[in-house]
Amino acid sequence: MLDFSILTENLDMYLLGFKNTIMSSLVALVSSLILGVLIAIMRIAPIKPLNWLGTAYVEFIRNIPLLIITFFFFLGLKLSGLYAGTLALTIYTSSFIAEAIRAGILSVPKGQMEAARSSGLTYGQAMRLVILPQAVKIVIPPLGNQFINLVKNSSILAVVAGLDLMYHGDLISSRTFVVFDVYIFVAAFYLILTIPLSFGVGYLEKRLAKSN
Amino acid sequence: MDFAGAYTPDNLKFLLEGFWVTLQVAFISIILSFIIGGLVGIIRYAKVPVLSQILALIVETVRNLPLLLIIFFTYFALPEIRIKLEIIPAAIVALTIFESAMLSEVIRSGLKSIDKGQMEAARSSGLSYTQALIHIILPQALRRMVPPIVSQFISLLKDTSLAVVISLPELTHHGQIIYGQSQKYLIPILILVALMYFIVNYSLSLVAQRLELKRT
Repeated sequence: MLDFSILTENLDMYLLGFKNTIMSSLVALVSSLILGVLIAIMRIAPIKPLNWLGTAYVEFIRNIPLLIITFFFFLGLKLSGLYAGTLALTIYTSSFIAEAIRAGILSVPKGQMEAARSSGLTYGQAMRLVILPQAVKIVIPPLGNQFINLVKNSSILAVVAGLDLMYHGDLISSRTFVVFDVYIFVAAFYLILTIPLSFGVGYLEKRLAKSN
Repeated sequence: MDFAGAYTPDNLKFLLEGFWVTLQVAFISIILSFIIGGLVGIIRYAKVPVLSQILALIVETVRNLPLLLIIFFTYFALPEIRIKLEIIPAAIVALTIFESAMLSEVIRSGLKSIDKGQMEAARSSGLSYTQALIHIILPQALRRMVPPIVSQFISLLKDTSLAVVISLPELTHHGQIIYGQSQKYLIPILILVALMYFIVNYSLSLVAQRLELKRT
C-alpha cells in the first residue's frame, strides 16, 4: 500500500514543485501564444520572405526534441534550469500553436477576406476584425490540447534542475530512499492539473462541433 | 566553438550509432503500441462492458502524465516492486505504455469517423458484428489513420530523447558523451544532433502530408 506519510511529511516540497510547474507552464503558455500568433501571421502575410522565415521556424522547431532546445539554453547560454526550461517550452510550443492558428485562419473561407478588403478595410484590419474572430472558434480545441502537452512537457525542467514538480520528486526520493510511492504522488499532482484540462478541452470540442 | 574538433569521423560514427538505437527503440515501440493501442481502441469502440470502462480509465491516466515520469518510474520505481528491467527494455516498455494510450485514441477516433451506415449495412447483409468490424470498418478506418500514426511516430522519435534520464545509449545521450569531453563541442554537437532529428522527422512529416492530401 502507499505510504501517505511521504506525502504529508514532504508536502511543502511537493507544493513548491507544483507551484513552479504551474508558474512555468503559465508563463510559457502566454509567451508561446504571443509568439505563435506572430509566427502564424508571418506565415500567411502576403510577404514572401516572411512566409519562408515562419515556415522554416515552425518546421525546424516542431521536428527536433524539446530536450535539445532545453540543453541549448541551459548548457549553451548558461541560463538557470527554470529559465532555460521555460524558454525552451515557449519556443517549442509556439511552433505547434503557430501551426494550429494558421490552420484555423486558413479554414475561414477566402471570400471573407476578399469581401472585407473590397469594403475598404486594410489587410491588417480585415485580419483583426473579420478573419481572426472566426478563426478563434476553430483554434480553441487544438490550443487546449497544446496547453495540456505544455503542462506535461514542463517536466523537462527536471532534467536541468528546473525546480519543478518532477525535480522535487527527485529530491524527495533521494531524501527518503523511496521511489515508487514518491512518484505515484508526483503523478497524482500532474493529474490534478491535466485531467480537468482534458475534460475542459473535450467539452469545448463537443460544444463547438455542435454549434457548427 | 570547435566545429572541426567536434565533427571527427569517430564522433560522427558514434552519433550515427546513437541514432540507430533511437530508430530501433522508436520502431519497436511504435509496432508494440500499434498492436496494444489497436486492441484497446477496438475494445473501447465496440464498448465491451466493464473492460472498456477500465481501459478508458487507464488510457486517460497514462495520456495525462508526462512521458518523462513514466520512463523514470519504469526504470527506477518498478524495481521496488521486484520488476527489474534493463535500460533498453525499460525504455521500450515506458514508450510503449505511453504511446499505446495515444495510439488507442487515434484508432478509436479513426473507427468512430466511419459512417454509421457502413456498420448497419454490413450487419443487415448478414455479417456478425465482428465480421463487419474486420471486413468493413477496419479497412476503411486504417486508411484514415495512417497520417496521424506517422505523426505519432515523429513524436515518438523525439520523445526517445527523454530516455537520456536512464542513460539509454541513443542519439542525445551519445551527443552528451561527446560534448562532455569539451565545452567547445557543445554547440556544434547540439546543432548536428538537432539536424539529424530534423532530417528524419521532416521527411516523415512530408510523407504524412502527402498521404493526407491523397485522401482528400
